[in-house]
Amino acid sequence: MKALRLALTGAIAGAAMLAGPAMAQAPGSPTLDAIRARGTLVCGVNTGLAGFAQPDSQGVWRGFDVDYCRAVAVALWNDASKVRYVPTTAQNRFTALQSGEVDMLARNTTWTLSRDTSLGFDFPAISFFDGQGFMVKASAGVRTARDLNGATICVQPGTTTEQNLTDWARSNRIRFTPVVIERVEEAVGAYVAGRCDAYTTDVSGLAATRSAQPRPAEHQILPDVISKEPLAPAVRHGDQRFADLVKWIHFGLVGAEELGITAANVQQAAQSDARPDVQRMLGRSGELGQMLGVDNAWMVNIIRTLGNYGEIFERNLAPIGLQRGPNALWTNGGLQYAPPLR
Amino acid sequence: MSDVTLDASAANPEAAPRTAPVRSTGAMAWLRANLFSSWLNTALTLALAWLVVRFAIGFVDWAFINAIWSVPMQGTVPQTQICRDLEGAGACWAVIGEKHRFILFGTYPYEEHWRPLLVCGLFIGLYIFSAMRRFWTWVLVPVWAVTLTVIGILMWGGILGLSYVPQERWGGLPITLILSTFGLAFAFPLAILVALGRRSKLPAIKTLCVVYVELVRGVPLISLLFMASVMFPLFLPEGMNIDKLLRAQIAITLFAGAYLAEVVRAGLQTLPRGQYEAADALGLSYWQKTGFIILPQALRLVIPPLVNTFIGFFKDTSLVLIIGIFDLLTAGKTAIVEPAWQGFGIEVYVFVGAIYLVFCFAMSKYSQDLERDLNQHRRR
Repeated sequence: MKALRLALTGAIAGAAMLAGPAMAQAPGSPTLDAIRARGTLVCGVNTGLAGFAQPDSQGVWRGFDVDYCRAVAVALWNDASKVRYVPTTAQNRFTALQSGEVDMLARNTTWTLSRDTSLGFDFPAISFFDGQGFMVKASAGVRTARDLNGATICVQPGTTTEQNLTDWARSNRIRFTPVVIERVEEAVGAYVAGRCDAYTTDVSGLAATRSAQPRPAEHQILPDVISKEPLAPAVRHGDQRFADLVKWIHFGLVGAEELGITAANVQQAAQSDARPDVQRMLGRSGELGQMLGVDNAWMVNIIRTLGNYGEIFERNLAPIGLQRGPNALWTNGGLQYAPPLR
Repeated sequence: MSDVTLDASAANPEAAPRTAPVRSTGAMAWLRANLFSSWLNTALTLALAWLVVRFAIGFVDWAFINAIWSVPMQGTVPQTQICRDLEGAGACWAVIGEKHRFILFGTYPYEEHWRPLLVCGLFIGLYIFSAMRRFWTWVLVPVWAVTLTVIGILMWGGILGLSYVPQERWGGLPITLILSTFGLAFAFPLAILVALGRRSKLPAIKTLCVVYVELVRGVPLISLLFMASVMFPLFLPEGMNIDKLLRAQIAITLFAGAYLAEVVRAGLQTLPRGQYEAADALGLSYWQKTGFIILPQALRLVIPPLVNTFIGFFKDTSLVLIIGIFDLLTAGKTAIVEPAWQGFGIEVYVFVGAIYLVFCFAMSKYSQDLERDLNQHRRR
């Protein structure tokens, strides 16, 4: 503990020298102090969403969001098991974060202006670009969402999904008949049984639903995306040091993929890769980890345990049938872009 | 033919061979009287029998004959395609084989599953012990205290060489049993006090009890759980967190208490005034009167509605799913989130439903016996 605190003080001092006045407004971090004192990270996750957060048959949490929780724990202690997962529902997730019941949310939460401001959160980085789409039967001959004029569409009530659908239809002058069904399974069932021509929800949800059908090829996800749903981890506003840590863990994961560093080759790269940005990221030169208040080997540990962004995506989201799409690296025409780690 | 018979009877009336009278007892007679007494009844019987048989055959086909009991594994990924190819013609019990430990124990550490298993056994043992009337003495109090302590030690651990398991990792059947057992165990004494308080002559106590009952009964359980889960933490000082399960437990206890109080009050009001007056005439104090005369009679009168409420609450504990606690039903729903097992909800719900049925049926059966034994003097 003492060593950690020394390291932290050293990091602040070092960072202050490097960055000058910019760092002056970041003293300690109440969240990080509490996490370190407790010895575990408390992470709010979904109660069960395929690919993002779900307990497996052994009761171990797995998923894309879960890996972000684990990455923070690895950065802090090089131990992915030091996380307590608190399952949160759509209704109680924000209170859980506001009241301090959880340290961070990694719960497929859309970054919006009102959540960022009036709820008092910070969304450090967009971990997944989602958006609302449509699934139709491949035999229906529908090519784009505009062909859905006059269609019946299955949608769940109460979420932004229904609102988005109505807004989109109005601005595109499309008439449709909504079939509003509360539960996901029943909504999907109604679509499969032919009560609706199309089923709409976020593309990630559509992909999971499609992959669970007896013959996935009979269903087609239309290319149109009618809303922006940037999913991001959330932390409490006002603790910039903790927000910085979460933010740069995401950028580190994306940057590692860009540099071609994987779980398999990270050890070797740390030893022998002479590229300066690899050396900096993996803590061979510079003090990037210390500036964030963690060990300089933070990225080595994270990538060795969890892999880079692409590997996390492949492990969790590819099995439910998701393509990289907008989540490809910017070099591949996607939106995932990391500022330089230097 | 008739001529012959007539002749025969005329010649020798004693020997007239008469057909036996229609039997009015036995299975055939019962069938005739109840199922085939008229054309309409016969038609209804046949139609219903056809439906029952068809449904039974369909169910047996689905649950046993066409069912798939296990699926091949490819590495760690189960190959559920053979189940999907059935397209609902048969059950895929492989999902239970794969997921039953998750449904029963949630995210509790896998190697430590013997602990919640033992806890469930202890709970059931405690129910059986408490159900035996020869133990209805003060001996129940230490037995409950010791058992609940052991249950707490087993679930949390952290001492005696057991590893510590935080509450978020508890799940499945133990959560359902904990919520309903503690909820009803605390709600019942609370309910008796509130019911007595509502009939009290002291205005402050009476108002308090009336306000509590009407306020809690006036809102749905879901909104109480929301209050406990969403609003309550915001009122606490920063950094102070009351366990989520405990908050839900208190909400359920308060809710059950209000309903049970009204049931108990109904029993109190059924007793004739003479009972109260006789007790007063004997010079008994209020608590003696209540404990020896009133409550024993009042409570046995309300056994059916009490058990009705108990059973209702046992199932209502599943509402904690809206605040993210993994009780039995939520664990079942979460088990089928995994893409490989999506779409096998019916099997999981049948499994979970069977567990609920066992507990609820046992409760209702026990209450019937209890009612019969305790109210023998009232049977006519």
